[in-house]
Amino acid sequence: MKNKTTRWSDRVIPILMITLTLLFVSLFLIIPLISIFTEAFRQGTRAYLESFKDEYAWSAIRLTLITAGIAVPMNVVFGVMAAWCITKFQFRGKNILITLIDLPFAISPVIAGLIFVLAFGQRTALGAWLIDHDIKIIFAAPGIVLATVFVTFPFVARELIPLMQEQGTLEEEAAVSLGAGGWSIFWRVTLPNIKWGLLYGLILCNARAMGEFGAVSVVSGHIRGETNTVPLYIETLYAGYSTVAAFSMATLLAGLAIITLIAKSIVEWKVKRGRRNTET
Amino acid sequence: MSIEVKNITKRFGNFLAIDHVSLKIPDCELVALLGPSGSGKTTLLRIIAGLEDFEPGHDSDILFKDKSVVGNRIAERRIGFVFQHYALFRHQTVFENIAFGLRVRRGPGRLSRAQIKDRVMELIHLVQLDNMQKRYPDQLSGGQRQRVALARALAIEPKFLLLDEPFGALDARVRQNLRRWLRRLHDEIKLTSIFVTHDQEEALELADRVIVMNKGRIEQEGSANDVFHRPKNAFVMDFLGSVNLFHGRVVAGRTVFEESPEGKTTEFFVRPHEIELLPDNPDGNGFPATIRRVQLAGSIAKIELTDHGNKEIFVEMSHEKYSLYHFDVNARVFVVPKKTVIFAEDYSI
Repeated sequence: MKNKTTRWSDRVIPILMITLTLLFVSLFLIIPLISIFTEAFRQGTRAYLESFKDEYAWSAIRLTLITAGIAVPMNVVFGVMAAWCITKFQFRGKNILITLIDLPFAISPVIAGLIFVLAFGQRTALGAWLIDHDIKIIFAAPGIVLATVFVTFPFVARELIPLMQEQGTLEEEAAVSLGAGGWSIFWRVTLPNIKWGLLYGLILCNARAMGEFGAVSVVSGHIRGETNTVPLYIETLYAGYSTVAAFSMATLLAGLAIITLIAKSIVEWKVKRGRRNTET
Repeated sequence: MSIEVKNITKRFGNFLAIDHVSLKIPDCELVALLGPSGSGKTTLLRIIAGLEDFEPGHDSDILFKDKSVVGNRIAERRIGFVFQHYALFRHQTVFENIAFGLRVRRGPGRLSRAQIKDRVMELIHLVQLDNMQKRYPDQLSGGQRQRVALARALAIEPKFLLLDEPFGALDARVRQNLRRWLRRLHDEIKLTSIFVTHDQEEALELADRVIVMNKGRIEQEGSANDVFHRPKNAFVMDFLGSVNLFHGRVVAGRTVFEESPEGKTTEFFVRPHEIELLPDNPDGNGFPATIRRVQLAGSIAKIELTDHGNKEIFVEMSHEKYSLYHFDVNARVFVVPKKTVIFAEDYSI
């Protein structure tokens, strides 16, 4: 009898867990996603497309693309550099550097935005100098780019550090012994070994750069047609009761998320395969 | 080209990896750096290659052909380095791996595409990997990877070849074959070569000269014959093959072995094949022991015994000799050391 009850619970518990998980996922992830699309198309396809005819919508999309277009390459370059020096060299203060890379993850994006507002505000010497020379950082596109770079900084570095640590420095040493210089070593040996990990970090970095709200919201000033990114514009529309337009814009971000997830899974699979090759 | 290392010291934190080492390696020789793990042999090899720095000392230096190379870039040292786990570029084919050193070359020595191709194909043939140039490292066996690593190191036409545990990661059979192949290759290309190993058999079989290292110091250097037959101390004797340690005294020119040493005794070292086993003790030179195990599978008979104090004794003899007596397990016999070695200094082994 006892044996039978164990078997019964063995069968029920996994089913129960799976059901609960599915329920949770659909309630918190799938239903909201569907509702974005249903709300966007509530008044038909025409109303949906109408939302994109607005010039403010286009300027928001443009600003988002420009911001990501600057922030992502910057973070790729700095992320690779940081990961390279952390994993391939021994130096003092290495742990401090690793901690600093994590800083943007540790503090609230709103605080991050506020730091920039304070740093470039009228009260600081730097801010005053900028105002004197008529250079706008805060409440302008440069501020948005800065805030985005700050918030998305860890993605590439965090992805590469463990990967490069695992790969070690043996191949680089071999390249050195064969007479290669630093630049050749990076392009011919290190980069091919980390390319999938790098792409993975880049995808996550891009998704966050395009979707960032908190930090950007603080530094933007919400000037329609000038300093509104897509997430900020959605909020403006929604607050102004333009529900269909807000959800139409939201479908862009939702679409980006879906594409990101697919790309991420493909790259993840590639990274795994690369790791397996390392082991053999 | 000769290599000279002068008074080199290296510390990792508090650990003294290399302790004031000097050595000289003549032209065209194949030299083994032999020692247990942690003896500093790999560190010494890496220092010679320039992959590791050393503590500056007033007369510390590394000379290639009597010219100091300290401060030279690794590329200028023209060293072929074969890494322990090969360190092949995993994203490059066999061809690309071997061509790497030629492709990154700058300046007047730079070869054209066609020249690189010719040179690489020549090397692929030399290391017997014909038709494998398009394979990736993970599609090769351990022995093949080893040969790719060797070809890659040879591609830059090095003046020296340094090999770090070249056969460490291979199984016994492949190791044997590759060892003989490497020896023939060395005789063919005549390149001053140093290899690091912890396997005494490998060192004795392959090398012209053996440098035995322990705790960051050189214990002895000399020909394979020399270090095996005339070890300078107990460490070398013990490391180059198994050895029995007996306590006793020399009384009137005769060795007297004592089962339970009291007072000042001498340590005698005897190789397993320098011991005779006899059913009786006519000359009084032997001491009694009991046979515990006899192993006949192999080219020689190996016999394990214990004396009264339960100390283990290992004996090796030819099958012919063994068949004279046919010792049984648990039989009591007399152990007669034929050749004993005494060292002035006390080493614990």
